Amino acid sequence: MSSNVELENLNIRFGDFHAVKNINLNIRDGEFFSFLGPSGCGKTTILRAVSGFNDPSDGQIRIGGEDMLGYGPNERPTALVFQNLALFPLMSVAENISFSLKVRGVSKAQRRKKADELLDMIALSGQGDKLPSELSGGQRQRVAIARALAVEPKVLLLDEPLSALDLKLREHMRVELRRIQQKVGITFIYITHDQGEALTMSDRIAVMSHGVMQQVGTAQEVYDNPATPFVASFVGENNSIYGTVTRLENGYAQIKTCFGELTGRNEQNLAVGDFATLFIRPQNLSLMADEPFENIIETRVNDQVFEGEFEHLHLVGDRRNLVVSLVNDGNIPAFEKGALISVGFKSECAVVLPAGDMAYE
Amino acid sequence: MNNYLLPLASLIGAALVIVLLVVYQRSSLATSTGFGRFLRRNGIVVSCYLILSLIGWLFFMIILPQLYMVDFSFSQNLPPSKIGGPEDVYTTQNYEYLLFGPQGGEESFNWLHLKIFLRTIIAAVVVTIIDLAICYPVAYYMAQVASSGRLRLLALCLLLPFWVNEILRAFAFRILFGSGGVMNSVLMWLGLTDQPVDFIRADVALYSGLSYAYLLLMIFPLYNAIESLDHNQIEAAKDLGCSWWRVHFEVVMPFAKPGIASGSTMVFMLSCGALAAPQILGGPSSLWFTQIIYQWFNTGGNWPQGAAYAFVLLLVCIIFVMAVMKLFKVSFGEIVK
Ligand SMILES: Nc1ncnc2c1ncn2[C@@H]1O[C@H](COP(=O)(O)OP(=O)(O)O)[C@@H](O)[C@H]1O
Ligand SMILES: [Mg+2]
Repeated sequence: MSSNVELENLNIRFGDFHAVKNINLNIRDGEFFSFLGPSGCGKTTILRAVSGFNDPSDGQIRIGGEDMLGYGPNERPTALVFQNLALFPLMSVAENISFSLKVRGVSKAQRRKKADELLDMIALSGQGDKLPSELSGGQRQRVAIARALAVEPKVLLLDEPLSALDLKLREHMRVELRRIQQKVGITFIYITHDQGEALTMSDRIAVMSHGVMQQVGTAQEVYDNPATPFVASFVGENNSIYGTVTRLENGYAQIKTCFGELTGRNEQNLAVGDFATLFIRPQNLSLMADEPFENIIETRVNDQVFEGEFEHLHLVGDRRNLVVSLVNDGNIPAFEKGALISVGFKSECAVVLPAGDMAYE
Repeated sequence: MNNYLLPLASLIGAALVIVLLVVYQRSSLATSTGFGRFLRRNGIVVSCYLILSLIGWLFFMIILPQLYMVDFSFSQNLPPSKIGGPEDVYTTQNYEYLLFGPQGGEESFNWLHLKIFLRTIIAAVVVTIIDLAICYPVAYYMAQVASSGRLRLLALCLLLPFWVNEILRAFAFRILFGSGGVMNSVLMWLGLTDQPVDFIRADVALYSGLSYAYLLLMIFPLYNAIESLDHNQIEAAKDLGCSWWRVHFEVVMPFAKPGIASGSTMVFMLSCGALAAPQILGGPSSLWFTQIIYQWFNTGGNWPQGAAYAFVLLLVCIIFVMAVMKLFKVSFGEIVK
């Protein structure tokens, strides 16, 4: 039986507050699907609705084609990994993992067997008799995942499971999670505010802002072809330059900005006269050397920041600084603050989107 | 005979002061730890005051009176003129009396008092269970479900009735459960019975009164324990397949065990030692053990006998509580947490 998750016209309100607005989505069977968005955008609310802790105010949630309304969390084919893990502190690691089996009346020996299997999978063999408090953060994390997997759910829901870990461990756990997902082959719905996590792990990503789903697509689609200014500014670093569309030409739009006329891809069918924002990524801006660029920005240096592999050059932009990311090949010139320089970019690297809300960190 | 207690107390006090002075002399602020540091930081006068007042409180309010009672319980009931005389020697006869009755009595055991004793313990257990059954849902609701406004209102509703004093409350219950009381009127109006039920004789009034009296002592430890349970754990249990009652048995109750233990201990101990409620609400045939103790002290005029009875009650209660705690694997440290 398929276990795709369909959200149809999903709306969730808390009193007057509209937390989730009209989401339509089909999460495929066996997919690693992420909801990405800043905190407070309604990600947890969606996840809780899927797992059965709150009901949709409007619309439907279907798993494997079946409407889930009226099924409690204990009756759905889902398992939730909580943001704070919520391991049972008085139970051993093995008891935690096999808790769902105990509830289902599975015999003690079989429970132990299943727990050992799962402990193997999360590389914690032989640690079943410890208490959760005796494990490290990363180990506890894996126990929480194993506990949820013990139910053999069709859909595993993960609510920012890595947010409590430090950077190195987080990066390691990304790989680990992906490995586990491929091994068990079930649908994972993953929530995060960390675009790095979403981009590296997911088959597809839904970018959310204020309860609205901004875009759904693969990591490449979302990164390379952002559909809205919010996505363009939230996923990865981006420079934004405001203007009005002046000319359209086979898929490209030219806009008039304070730096003169600039051109980028017109994916959203803008018309002449529309207010627009041009987005160009820091690594796609280059210092003027000998290459002739279609687009040239002449402005002053604000700051030069050394980052190791990269050096970031902050330039005076139209509202915020423009950032140029230079690969540190050992001969980046030093710029004086206030010096006038020119940077250029290719039109195919830039995207022009209708003016709208942006994500500001 | 017990005149040695006061000199002993002053001797201990003096010894303490000397110890403090010595420690103070030998300690310096930089090198010393713990106790010496405490002395240096507060100065010798303040330190002595703090320590002596603490020990004084422990000694004079708690230990000394109980020591007198222990002393009493092993003494003979003599008229004042004979106290200190040749007949004033220690004896275990007061304890023996509870077990075997008067010397040369007809029965080999003092069944009358032993039965009352046992019934008191059992009744206190029943009261404790009733309170637990009533308070657990309320405490759970307050700790995990209610909004903060609702919580305040509920806490107020629970607290306010306890401003009414014990005697008034007991007599009010008597009226409530009396043959012409509200309970009977309602039952008869509903047609459930055509004769008034004697709630007093059936001890319904007594159990209700006692349960009600110690409600708060059960609710607050339970509330405290359940309140510190992360709500996500409840949801996790549900998500992993628990029905609602399973959530309680598998997750909430084990977590709240220290609170349950501490509430139950208090309710049990106080129920065993209750006097007013059994006096006022108890049926004519049901004596509470405390009533017998009271009779010994009061109308019986036999303080040693009363003291012995009271001590047996105290000891058995403590042993019983310890045994139950052992059974449920609760440590003493958890209770007072
Ligand atoms: N039970 C609730 N009652 C009222 N408002 C809520 C409730 N749960 C969440 N919200 C609100 O809904 C919004 C989205 O919350 P949430 O889904 O937790 O965001 P996040 O994307 O950070 O997980 C927040 O503004 C939050 O305050
Ligand atoms: Mg959240």
